[in-house]
Amino acid sequence: MNARRFAHTTIPEWKERYVQLASEANNCYLKDYYAAGMVAANTPVSQLPMVALDFETTGLNPEQDEIISIGLVPFDHQRVYCRKAREWLVKPSDSLSQQSVVIHGIRHSDLSEAPDLLHILNDVLPALSGRVIVVHYQRIERQFMARELLRRIGESIDFPVIDTMALEHQQLRQHQSWQDKLFKRPLPSVRLGECRQRYRLPFYHPHHALTDAIATAELLQAQLAHHFSPDTPVSELWHLE
Amino acid sequence: MQVEDLEVVHFLRQFPPFDTLEDDALNHLAQQVEISYVRANRMVLQYGEEITDLYVIRSGAVESHRRNGELYNRLSEGHTFGHLSLLMKRRVRFPARTMEDTLLYCIPADLFDDYCNRFEAFAEFFEMDGSNLLRKTLASQADNNDLTTVRIRSIALREPICVDSATPAYEVATRMDEERVSSVLVLSGHDATGIITDQDLRSRLLAQRLPDTTPAADLLSGDMATIEDSEYLFEALLVMLRLNLHHLPVTRKGEPVGVMSMSDILRHESQSSLLMVRGIHWQTSVDELANFAKQLPSVFARMVNEDANSHMIGSAMSVIGRTFKQRLLELAEEKLGPPPIPYCFLALGSMARDEQLIVTDQDNALILDNHYDPSLHNSYFEKLARFVCDGLNACGYRYCSGNIMASNPQWRMTQQQWQAQFSDWIDNPTPQSLLNSNIFFDLDGVYGQTRWADELVAFVASRTRNHTRFLAYMARNALNRTPPLGFFKGFVMEQDGKHLPTINLKRRGTAPLSDLIRVHALAIGSTARNSFERLDDIQQDHKLLPEGNARDLSDALEYIALVRIRHQAADIERGDTPDNNIEPELLSSFEQRNLKEAFQVVDRAQGFLRYRYQAGKPLNIKN
Repeated sequence: MNARRFAHTTIPEWKERYVQLASEANNCYLKDYYAAGMVAANTPVSQLPMVALDFETTGLNPEQDEIISIGLVPFDHQRVYCRKAREWLVKPSDSLSQQSVVIHGIRHSDLSEAPDLLHILNDVLPALSGRVIVVHYQRIERQFMARELLRRIGESIDFPVIDTMALEHQQLRQHQSWQDKLFKRPLPSVRLGECRQRYRLPFYHPHHALTDAIATAELLQAQLAHHFSPDTPVSELWHLE
Repeated sequence: MQVEDLEVVHFLRQFPPFDTLEDDALNHLAQQVEISYVRANRMVLQYGEEITDLYVIRSGAVESHRRNGELYNRLSEGHTFGHLSLLMKRRVRFPARTMEDTLLYCIPADLFDDYCNRFEAFAEFFEMDGSNLLRKTLASQADNNDLTTVRIRSIALREPICVDSATPAYEVATRMDEERVSSVLVLSGHDATGIITDQDLRSRLLAQRLPDTTPAADLLSGDMATIEDSEYLFEALLVMLRLNLHHLPVTRKGEPVGVMSMSDILRHESQSSLLMVRGIHWQTSVDELANFAKQLPSVFARMVNEDANSHMIGSAMSVIGRTFKQRLLELAEEKLGPPPIPYCFLALGSMARDEQLIVTDQDNALILDNHYDPSLHNSYFEKLARFVCDGLNACGYRYCSGNIMASNPQWRMTQQQWQAQFSDWIDNPTPQSLLNSNIFFDLDGVYGQTRWADELVAFVASRTRNHTRFLAYMARNALNRTPPLGFFKGFVMEQDGKHLPTINLKRRGTAPLSDLIRVHALAIGSTARNSFERLDDIQQDHKLLPEGNARDLSDALEYIALVRIRHQAADIERGDTPDNNIEPELLSSFEQRNLKEAFQVVDRAQGFLRYRYQAGKPLNIKN
């Protein structure tokens, strides 16, 4: 079975869209981000610049909740570049709910001194530009990013993503036996830690934005090494549902 | 960014050499790391390629090979590879392949160089070749144990009280009384010729009803043992224990400078082994001896905890074993009457080498006077040997499974027969005969005419020296037991890539070493029996071994023996029966690394032995 079948039916040619979005954008950082361009859909894995991105948020609803930390690390199919890794704490407009404090281990005092997302856009967007963004579970990063930008600069942001969770789901579905499919048996967990275990990647403590970003980058390297040739075009990887 | 929270930092901090770095340096290094995932059975490094990173295995496993495809090493989590290639013009020397899905942390080559320049401990980890590493480890463990580190000259000895050899006995006694000493040295000119003690005045003068004008020279007993003041206290202790002396004259370049007494040593020693030896002499029956022997394991464990080195423990255990034999022979003679002809009781193997540990068989034999007549004397020596061997077994020195014991009539021979036997082994070697007789090439007299043993050893040494054919056979036997390659994931890794759950450190480490050291010693006609002393002799003979090899061998032997000793002591303290088998998981990664280096010394030494004595050549097998 071919991976293409699960690909989005109307693949946007992102390379051209970025040119257009650059001309439409008003915010200078957003404009620069788009202007840096996006790889062509036929770019092979072996030549793909990527950046793993992870947000920690106050909750799961982009309409109510907010980003409190951002971690990212650039990588390619062979190496994850820790020296270019970045991490920011972001001050939310609402005070933190008790629950997320526990999860993230981030203190109020840390956040109250943190900058607003608006003031780090000049750092964050260049770190992402020119690279395909890789996340584990695309809704969080795409929707929160779009929503937070809209709130601050009145403009949204759109970008292609490679979702390691969707890739894993695809692989598990493909390798599910016909009996399991027949009885609609649930697939194994596709949480980040469980996915990593299947590739014998080590346990990392979760819920730390930069660690999760690195963990995601490693996971994609493993998935690429196991399931895809270096010649696979990026169009087969991004925007899986 | 809070680098110190990174998983990379947490991970690296657990492993050498990163554990030697200060936080700032470690954090900086962690930030420079590149991470790479490699599937199982993929090449990570190809021979001759340029290498750009030092690799640390985060998870998974990697094996490296020599250029000829021979397995070089297997590595797992926390192990580092690529440094040899980085230090060798950045060209891959040992190709590496993943054995499992593996996550690698890659440290850029320039950063590696920089850290090697800036951080000594970091550089040492990579630059130290095996033997340097062992030496440093041994040196850093070097006991604060006084006995092995304190030289005799550094303790305050009394000026010797000396009398001329013509001095009459009453004057000697007066002098001793005035000076409040229990011994005086007897001089002939400037040379000390003997020592007179309180006991000598009693047993050699009064008990013999000699006049009090008897000259000092007539009160002396045989040869006088002395020790140079440059020796360690421990050597003095050994001499006194072996010869059962209470006083030992100390000399400097031959001139007497003082007298040591047991009490001088007792101040520096926990007394464990001393008291044991003393105690053995007080036991009056085999049952009492057997009961007393139960303390031996705890004496052993105490010595280990006092940081004694392997030579010291091996010697102390040998002296104790020797004393058991001596006491049993005294008891046997009490029971059977005095021997009809003179004899010498021999210790063989590790006891003769002063390398005995706690788990040991008894290996012994008898030399009989040449006037031995089986019809007249056999029954006496049969009973004597049986008494001693049974007694030793009762004291925990198990019967020898190969029946190499004085109770076996085959190993009760006259001086002439022993010489003929050794001549036969040496001149007509067969693999089988030498395999069984190996142990006889380490022999020492324990009781009776002990000089016969020394004469036999000298005879053997004169015959084996440069005896090409014999040495080739001996070398071949010495290659029967090989060391493993190292350790991997809690297993012992063999040269052929197999994994075993435990390692017998005697069979795979100390025994191959003492075997090959024996061959070299016989080749140069050395009469030393202790492996370290043999190595000293070998080192003196500059032609035999490449520079530094003797030292490497000595370090390797000391290290493997120490690990073996410590694990036996740990067994004892846990209440387990000590043995020579060690599970790799009980070894720290530090011990594993050092042991691996020691094994490599053994492996190289075996390679040299094969080449030096042509032991690899097919031998002309005939009887």
